[in-house]
Amino acid sequence: MARIEVPMPQMGESIAEGTVSRWLKQVGETVQRDEPLLEISTDKVDAEIPSPAGGTLVEILVEEGATVEVGTVVAYVDPEATGVSAPPQEAPEELPETGPSPAPEPGKVEEQAPAPPSTAPPPAMAPPAETPPEPEEPADSAEDRLRARSTPVVRKIAEEHGIDLAEVPGTGHAGRVTKQDVLGYLEEREGEAETAPSAAPTETRPQPVSPPASHAAPTIEPQLPSAAPSDLWNRFYSQVQHPEFPVRPPDRVETMDKIRRLTAEHMVVAKRVAPHVHSFIEVDFTRIDQVRGANRIQWSRQGTKVSYTAFVVWACSRVLREFPQVNGTVSGNNLIYRGNVNVGVAVDLDPGLIVPVIHDADELSLLGIGKRIVDLAERARSRRLIPDEIQGATFSITNPGVLGTVVGMPIIPKGTSAILGTGAIEKRVVVVEDPSSGTDALAIRKRSFFSLGYDHRIVDGADAARFLARLKELLETFPEDA
Amino acid sequence: MPDTKLQPLQARWLGRVPYQEALAVQEDMVLRRKAGEIPDQLILLEHPHVVTLGTSSRAEHLLLSPDEMEAKGIQLFRVGRGGDVTYHGPGQLVGYPILSLAPDRKDLHGYLRDLESVLLCTLEDFGIMAERRKGLTGVWSDQGKVAAIGVRVSSGWITSHGFALNVDPALSFFSTIVPCGIQDRAVTSMSRILGRALSLQEVCPAILRCFGAVFRRELFVV
Repeated sequence: MARIEVPMPQMGESIAEGTVSRWLKQVGETVQRDEPLLEISTDKVDAEIPSPAGGTLVEILVEEGATVEVGTVVAYVDPEATGVSAPPQEAPEELPETGPSPAPEPGKVEEQAPAPPSTAPPPAMAPPAETPPEPEEPADSAEDRLRARSTPVVRKIAEEHGIDLAEVPGTGHAGRVTKQDVLGYLEEREGEAETAPSAAPTETRPQPVSPPASHAAPTIEPQLPSAAPSDLWNRFYSQVQHPEFPVRPPDRVETMDKIRRLTAEHMVVAKRVAPHVHSFIEVDFTRIDQVRGANRIQWSRQGTKVSYTAFVVWACSRVLREFPQVNGTVSGNNLIYRGNVNVGVAVDLDPGLIVPVIHDADELSLLGIGKRIVDLAERARSRRLIPDEIQGATFSITNPGVLGTVVGMPIIPKGTSAILGTGAIEKRVVVVEDPSSGTDALAIRKRSFFSLGYDHRIVDGADAARFLARLKELLETFPEDA
Repeated sequence: MPDTKLQPLQARWLGRVPYQEALAVQEDMVLRRKAGEIPDQLILLEHPHVVTLGTSSRAEHLLLSPDEMEAKGIQLFRVGRGGDVTYHGPGQLVGYPILSLAPDRKDLHGYLRDLESVLLCTLEDFGIMAERRKGLTGVWSDQGKVAAIGVRVSSGWITSHGFALNVDPALSFFSTIVPCGIQDRAVTSMSRILGRALSLQEVCPAILRCFGAVFRRELFVV
């Protein structure tokens, strides 16, 4: 029984994926070799794909309307089922089931089409009658071997990110490096990056796939977390599709630029995956103002400013050490508790936003954090950050209050479990207890609402409440010698 | 110059042809081209008012009901080419290349880019500055889209459908659709850009020359 794979063919150098627009044969029908089997579309081209062999179409893996990567097996043709067959010259060798992807459940395959990572370079799309497929060249030089092991898309990604393909373990056909492999490798190498436009693979991301991804999440279980931590994310990233809406005459329509597009995808995916909960607490800034007042002159002699944000980063980084789940993430069936406290601080670029990261913030002094923030924000605005400086955040802080917003409910960046939003710091009338008489009195205090957005899979409500209470306590009793 | 013998290409001007007839001509030629009975072809023609829906068409990109379309004398077709909604009509130069992309041009996106090159080259002949836009196949001037592209590649790498260059069409008809599903501001035409009337016959020689140059074919007008 030699079922022949029908891969999504590579129909051009720049083509990474194709949409199955129509099946011209149904399961059970016979097909001649080279007879059109399906139609695919890419950009403004529709193309008929001939069957690689004669036989019976025994299985369709990709439904009409779904978009899959080049090389993905879309169907199987069985030459023995009818005896119509031509000799299956093009039959790829049986593909051993490799990689962590679970075997497709019978009857459910078409829904997820998890596309076993067999992104082997598909047989050239030539109608075999005219141009029989060239046997694979014996790979003698290292470069030849690499070329033989990867598709143009993979090579392009590798080139863009300076990856040596020889270092990437290939899970594809005959050990080839698939797109999943290289993306996984990239993600692993870069750690859990923040919204890091420069770090994201370009062009290969948006691959609308028709089945809604919402129920894909729980069923995908990377069993080897260290081997493929990014698999889930890649799958989700490949499934972001923004619905379209009619435009009326006075409207203006612009194509999303790259940063916007990546941000949009990140937000959709982050919100889709993590069950968000937000909790709020109000923090009094009186003590912080005292510390600032007492040190302002000394700090300015040292040539820097220490913003409110620096105080918040300092306090968060200390409290995060006490709450590992807030400084962690859900990864497959595992929880990862990060060994470092790297705090990302969102910087408004107007337009756009970037999140530079203060690495090991828990080891920096208040002044050190203040300096880092000034430096990172400046270089973020002049677009001079290096990739390391926008990657690896284990927790994030965003400041919707900078323009007066009282409270925000931020989205948790992927690969982390929480984000703090700081509201506007305003003078408010509050009830305080007069320490001398023990009676209540009205006072004017600088206060701000903090919101903590957290991933309810890993952070319980009580944990969040304790985290916020501890943060408030630390900020309101801020040490002199931070 | 190396002596490379150019492949022949037969070009023909068919005049105003109803959409369905042109479809039949193409289907016939695709089969004959595939069988090797004829060389590559370039069919040039214009259509009566017609709106066609490509395979990726969305209903909301049709702004009139089929009845309203009919009342305006516009026919409606669903066809097997890539792309979204397109309007064709008098004053628009429609080109249907029936080419074999094998063995050296087997690249679907490459083919789209080549068609764009032909159109850009043609417009340049008339002093019109136009450009490609990333992700928006077709040819654009700063006033809007001048030419649309939507193609089909049959098994054996034989092309059909093709391009539509707005030479001097009544632009009001484009308001019945969202052209190509791109809800952008404008569709424009060569005559709108140049500020003068222009006939299809004036444009054909430029198209032929550019087509031959881009695809490296020797042209025979039949």
